[in-house]
Amino acid sequence: MPITVSSRDSVLTVVLSGEIDHHGAREMMSQLTDAIAERLPAKLVLDMSGVTFMDSSGIAVLLRARRQMEHTGGTLRVTAIPAQARRVLDAAGIGRLISLD
Amino acid sequence: MKAMDQVTITFASRSANEGFARSAAACFAAQLDPTLDEVADIKTAVSEAVTNAIVHAYPDCLGKISMRLRLYDGGVLEIQVKDSGVGIPDVDQARTPLFTTGGEERSGMGFTIMESFMDGLRVRSQPGKGTAVTMRKRIARRSGASK
Repeated sequence: MPITVSSRDSVLTVVLSGEIDHHGAREMMSQLTDAIAERLPAKLVLDMSGVTFMDSSGIAVLLRARRQMEHTGGTLRVTAIPAQARRVLDAAGIGRLISLD
Repeated sequence: MKAMDQVTITFASRSANEGFARSAAACFAAQLDPTLDEVADIKTAVSEAVTNAIVHAYPDCLGKISMRLRLYDGGVLEIQVKDSGVGIPDVDQARTPLFTTGGEERSGMGFTIMESFMDGLRVRSQPGKGTAVTMRKRIARRSGASK
């Protein structure tokens, strides 16, 4: 299970874990899309503390979550970003689009 | 320039092999005693190149991908990921940040990441024949590193 979901008030916290590459991203994206659609949170927190590797497939996962939250007027925050994933996000300039802690 | 060491691995264009290719490249690079950041950069760049071949070179079928790892004097690692797939009609366009033909599952940042994590990137492609992506990275020798 690449994601763990917990919800409190209108905040949905999703912990992502494992390797986010093209192979793993599809399942993660699908689970995350469903979790957001079911709960329609005002705020989504993506906790990346369990991510052991991420390539640009992870960027697509985050951008998809951002689009989904924008559709429902919610906000997205990405937290606990490991060093390797941070380098990928920085190289792609994702900090301009998504709030990264 | 003569390579001091070389390994070539050929594998099927299955997404399950992305992790294998990353790990194989990292293992080969280990003889240069890279830092953890350098290992992470190599794994990330390989993941992008191999994913491109899996997603774009063989969109409707399985094909062969070969990854050639070479070590040159001065701690230069060269990684070539080659396929015999559909090819890229416009390489400059493909290398443009955010450009993708891969739909919502792809970010269009693969080449940008390869460029920023490696010291050099060359893309050669012929429509209908395939694509070869060659990347180089110099690994600085640290004190205590074995030859």
